[in-house]
Amino acid sequence: MASELIVIFVGAALINNVVLMQFLGICPLLGVSRTLSMAKGMGAAVIFVMAISSMVTWGLQHYVLEPMSIEYMQTVAFILVIATLVQFVEMVMLRYSPALYRALGVYLPLITTNCAIMGVALLNIRDNYGFIETVSHAVGSGLGFILAIILFAGIRERLERADVPAPMRGTPIALVVAALLSMAFMGFAGFGVADMFGL
Amino acid sequence: MNIDQHLDPSGLSLAPSPHFRNGITVRSLMLDVVIALLPATVAGIYFFGMDAALVTASAIGGALATEAGIARLRGEPISIRDGSALVTGLLLALCLPPGVPLWLPVVGAIFAIAVGKALFGGLGMNIFNPALVGRAFLVASFPTLMTTWRWPVGSGDWMAGEFDALSTATPLDLLRYEGVMTPLTDLFVGRVGGSLGETSVLALLLGAAYLLARGVIDWRIPTAYLGTVAVLAGLFGVNPLFHLFAGSLMLGAFYMATDYVSGAVTPGGRVVFGIGCGVLTMLIRIYGGYPEGVTFAILLMNAAVPLIERFTAPRRLGGGGESSAH
Repeated sequence: MASELIVIFVGAALINNVVLMQFLGICPLLGVSRTLSMAKGMGAAVIFVMAISSMVTWGLQHYVLEPMSIEYMQTVAFILVIATLVQFVEMVMLRYSPALYRALGVYLPLITTNCAIMGVALLNIRDNYGFIETVSHAVGSGLGFILAIILFAGIRERLERADVPAPMRGTPIALVVAALLSMAFMGFAGFGVADMFGL
Repeated sequence: MNIDQHLDPSGLSLAPSPHFRNGITVRSLMLDVVIALLPATVAGIYFFGMDAALVTASAIGGALATEAGIARLRGEPISIRDGSALVTGLLLALCLPPGVPLWLPVVGAIFAIAVGKALFGGLGMNIFNPALVGRAFLVASFPTLMTTWRWPVGSGDWMAGEFDALSTATPLDLLRYEGVMTPLTDLFVGRVGGSLGETSVLALLLGAAYLLARGVIDWRIPTAYLGTVAVLAGLFGVNPLFHLFAGSLMLGAFYMATDYVSGAVTPGGRVVFGIGCGVLTMLIRIYGGYPEGVTFAILLMNAAVPLIERFTAPRRLGGGGESSAH
């Protein structure tokens, strides 16, 4: 059991990194990676919403949608959960960190439509994860997102000073960096996590 | 920024510091790297024949042509004379299998220079090592071609004349999939399967000694990198010398991880960078899906360089106890 959790966790964080290998959550990656502090704030918000929404949607799926045979409501129900959580994060952030709230701007409510969060919630169901596995998968994915966005923010701060050709400035060069970073992450492909922990 | 733009009509040069000049230019540094790589290149051609020479020529040709073409597009003076594209092409060639079709090094070199360097603004601006970007691109796009190895000349004497070339595996493949340990002397001299310029540890060390003696590269990154690999190999119960001599570690540690542009520059950062490269290389070698991890390890650490430097910036003189990195 423990071995399975570690495999799911490392798999979600590195091998199938939600951003760099599954290409989910690209919009916040591009939108909120201009400075390291914004990236950290975004990362924290995403991992929080991802972990809680995964747990809630898992319960929703198994104790409400499936018993009532209304699985077709999955998308709507999951989005409702995610949107509620994002509202909650917004209120907390406005109260305790107004500066970060303003810095994240429209990207904060847009976590609702962050496909990484919806994606992880759906993957939990698709892969038939139990509750603990779901938590492991969600937290691993969230850390994977934080890793990607922080690496990315560091690189973008450096690119501010680079003589990037005019048509490539901003989003285009950011996409190129994402592609190259994704190539570097190929190194984690096929990692034998189970061997690694002697499981 | 071109310093010449600030040339005053009076003939006095107005430029931001540093003002002290010591005659070291990009060109002289690149020339030193090319000189240092000559033994490995010659060894590659000696072991793998004329095909290796053609692969090297194609990669260098592709790199120079791309560099010139992009300078033309951007309306800048042709920059191939600084030698950086030559070094990128040569490094790319040295980490390719010796028998690849000749279009492959050209494609890799175009990607390395155009995407790996020019899109970021050219020399000094790139985040990732261009040669490794080219190689990773080729590994992702043409996995079979990039893992088809050859016997070096001399190791298959008993079949001489029967075949032009025989395919084989690298020492890391042999250890991993067949449990066969390649003799250390063969590894050191370079008479093993592998990329064109990575097999001869002896030749690579000769060049590395030249670079260290000339002060072109700093000892910190290679020492931290190789030291970490040796320690981890020992922990995993494999002869550390095997992991040091096998694969592209020597090539990566002395010639690629030490890149001024994509590697770390702060003294502490260089140590962290080297250790990170070593840990990732060994994790990929032991547990990864690929038998060799040097390319990916250095690229991953390249991505982390801005963060590493942020936290290892030296204190400003008189800056007090607190780090004044920000």
